[in-house]
Amino acid sequence: MTPLLVVVGAMAGAPLRLLAERLAVARRGHGSVVGTAAVNVAGSAVLGFLLGVGGVPAWLLALVGTGFCGTLTTFSTLGADVVRLGEQRRPGTAAAYLGGTLLLGIGAAGAAYGIAGLL
Amino acid sequence: MLPDDRAGGQGDSVIGYVAAALGGGLGALGRWGIAEALPHDAAGWPWATLLVNLTGCLVLGLLLGLVFARSPGSPWLRPFLGTGVLGGFTTFSALAVETVQLTDAGRPQLAAGYVVVSVVGGVGAAALGVMTGRSRLRQAPG
Repeated sequence: MTPLLVVVGAMAGAPLRLLAERLAVARRGHGSVVGTAAVNVAGSAVLGFLLGVGGVPAWLLALVGTGFCGTLTTFSTLGADVVRLGEQRRPGTAAAYLGGTLLLGIGAAGAAYGIAGLL
Repeated sequence: MLPDDRAGGQGDSVIGYVAAALGGGLGALGRWGIAEALPHDAAGWPWATLLVNLTGCLVLGLLLGLVFARSPGSPWLRPFLGTGVLGGFTTFSALAVETVQLTDAGRPQLAAGYVVVSVVGGVGAAALGVMTGRSRLRQAPG
């Protein structure tokens, strides 16, 4: 049952990330990384909240945590984007993208984890 | 120049979303399987996430250097493999929350080390994949 829930959550997360990436590209131009950064931060906050609450049923963790949040967010695109921005001789953008995603993503996860723990 | 990893600019075709959903399901299933095989507690080094993230970066780099350079116009190939399979296989949210949990467990140095190894390793693996993919492409043109 668990793997099925993971797959169902993932099948919602991946197209949503594609939508965010396409919206960012449509609004900000080709190669925009804003969509990927946004879903990575948002997914980190949701997963932080889910794990911070404690006592969340296993099925919900599989569906929303491992499946949806895990797939809404991505690490491979982040790594490849940093390489691409480096090749385009845009080290400032690469550093801002990488540093911003880490800072905002881990910060959002930490804040959500802490707030959920107070509930 | 390295092609963009995202499918933007290839239209808003519905097939891209379907391909991303199918690929994402497969990738997440692989990530779940590895997490089941390599369990860890909140105070331990997250081997499973590190493994999927580094190998996912390597394979995406290979695809970008080798496959996507050849067929940039396909409406489903990149959404399926890049956005779906590898996007679903790798994850940022687990990295972020595991970093928080390691810090919360009183191991901030281990948390910092985990972030550094993930980032340096991931970007390095993606670059290695791209270079390897391009050299293979030159050896076998067409």
